[in-house]
Amino acid sequence: MTTRGTGPADNLEPSPGRGSKVLGNRAVLVSSASTVLFFAAIALVVALAPGSGLVAERFFSPFHLWQSIRGTPGEPSVLGAFLLNVYIFAISEVFILVLALVIAVVRGIPGPVFFPLRLVAIVYTDVFRGVPLILILYIIGFGVPGLGIAYFSYLSDVTYGIIALVLVYSAYVAEVYRAGIESVHESQNAAARSLGLTRFQSLRFVVLPQAIRRVIPPLLNDFIGLQKDTALVSVLGSIEAARAAQIYGASQFNYASYVVAALLFVLITIPLARFTDRLIARDKRRRQAGGLA
Amino acid sequence: MSAALVLEGIRKSFGPNEVLKGIDLSVAAHEVVCLIGASGSGKSTLLRCTNLVEPIDAGRVVVEGEEITASGVNADRVRRRIGIVYQSFNLFPHMTVLRNITLAPREALKMDRKTAEDHAVSLLERFGLADRKDEYPDRLSGGQQQRVAIVRALAMRPSIMLLDEVTSALDPELVAEVLSVIRELAREGMTMLIATHEMGFARDIADRVCFLEEGRILEQGPPERIFSSPKNPRTARFLRRIIEAGRL
Repeated sequence: MTTRGTGPADNLEPSPGRGSKVLGNRAVLVSSASTVLFFAAIALVVALAPGSGLVAERFFSPFHLWQSIRGTPGEPSVLGAFLLNVYIFAISEVFILVLALVIAVVRGIPGPVFFPLRLVAIVYTDVFRGVPLILILYIIGFGVPGLGIAYFSYLSDVTYGIIALVLVYSAYVAEVYRAGIESVHESQNAAARSLGLTRFQSLRFVVLPQAIRRVIPPLLNDFIGLQKDTALVSVLGSIEAARAAQIYGASQFNYASYVVAALLFVLITIPLARFTDRLIARDKRRRQAGGLA
Repeated sequence: MSAALVLEGIRKSFGPNEVLKGIDLSVAAHEVVCLIGASGSGKSTLLRCTNLVEPIDAGRVVVEGEEITASGVNADRVRRRIGIVYQSFNLFPHMTVLRNITLAPREALKMDRKTAEDHAVSLLERFGLADRKDEYPDRLSGGQQQRVAIVRALAMRPSIMLLDEVTSALDPELVAEVLSVIRELAREGMTMLIATHEMGFARDIADRVCFLEEGRILEQGPPERIFSSPKNPRTARFLRRIIEAGRL
């Protein structure tokens, strides 16, 4: 974001940078110069490195960049494989949003009768946040088929991958929801209950709508992580973008495919990241407007 | 005439701190009772215990002949008959004024949308808020917010209203508009139990004033008598301090 004037972040800048126009211009000059110098230094180090010619050929060869995007009769297209990442992300996201909300709500149910349910929710979040995703992938992807249960043991690798992602990410997202629920002041719940609404109605109409609105930015942040972690599903044998890049690299002895895969992940992450920024900015504006009223 | 509300031996502790030490109080239908006393005397807690938002440790609450503290009574149903308005308004910030008011009638009473909205609009018109129905609460002044909170409670057609220091969070110039709404309700015969710091208002509106101190009702009676010749020396001391502060 460019300098705007009144945001609290501006206060962090040294004060000479504001007030005077001359000093302002000098600040722009200094920052431009230091940026150019910084990147020039890095470029110089890379260019002068003994293996720089080889790296340019192995990672940035235009021919291989293009060919790994398209694919060959022998190797999968990285772009085509990337659609599998998008698919896994899109399906997982929906289930995560629902399962995580259920976990967060269950964890908040008061009363001794519901202790077992709360316990399940607590153990769930502890376990699935604590165990590395890749281990969960192995356990689900190789364990469940091994059990030989009708239907459940005969799903596709991609499905097991989605299940593992949903299990792990739901634990994180449930905590995000829970933080949101707890940030809604108890007086809101008291007001709803005083009007004769049931506990569930209060949660549904009063608490959750406010809670979810507040946690949308951290929620999107988790989803950016999820987009990248779809690559780990490849350990079960699915050929998604990272895997396709690896196959290409192994048979062509050229790693431009990795650069392609990396760029694809960045490209799909940027819109979500900017969208998150916009939501945060909008929320901030709204709060300030509310404060003035 | 039967009592609209009977409180018997209400006790309530927060940890080791006993806030209500056995409160007995009866409010007749159409009666306006004001609770006065210093902060921390138990006024607010008593109101919150009356509609069971705060569970009580001992005692009975009887609303229109029905003991609502009996086991097996559905507290949600009870609360629909008791309107309560809080000091800090507690409007729902993500809903328009109209939705704030119609939420409980539609969801708790299963009233259809049209009936609920018509009723809400007629209430808003009565209190001069009709042009605010599509605003969000943060666009309203404190006085308007508190009037909306009162309308929201009235929309459930309660048989008794509990008002918990409803003017304490308002700027002085906004107090009058809220008090006039309460006067209007009293004129119409609404049964009310009001915790207040506004002594002049209590003197005007109350049929009876109760002085609370340390979780007990120390003295009660018609406002003329309580304010001019209190019998209990502690009531007298409290009122003297109020007068010294220029609040009466």
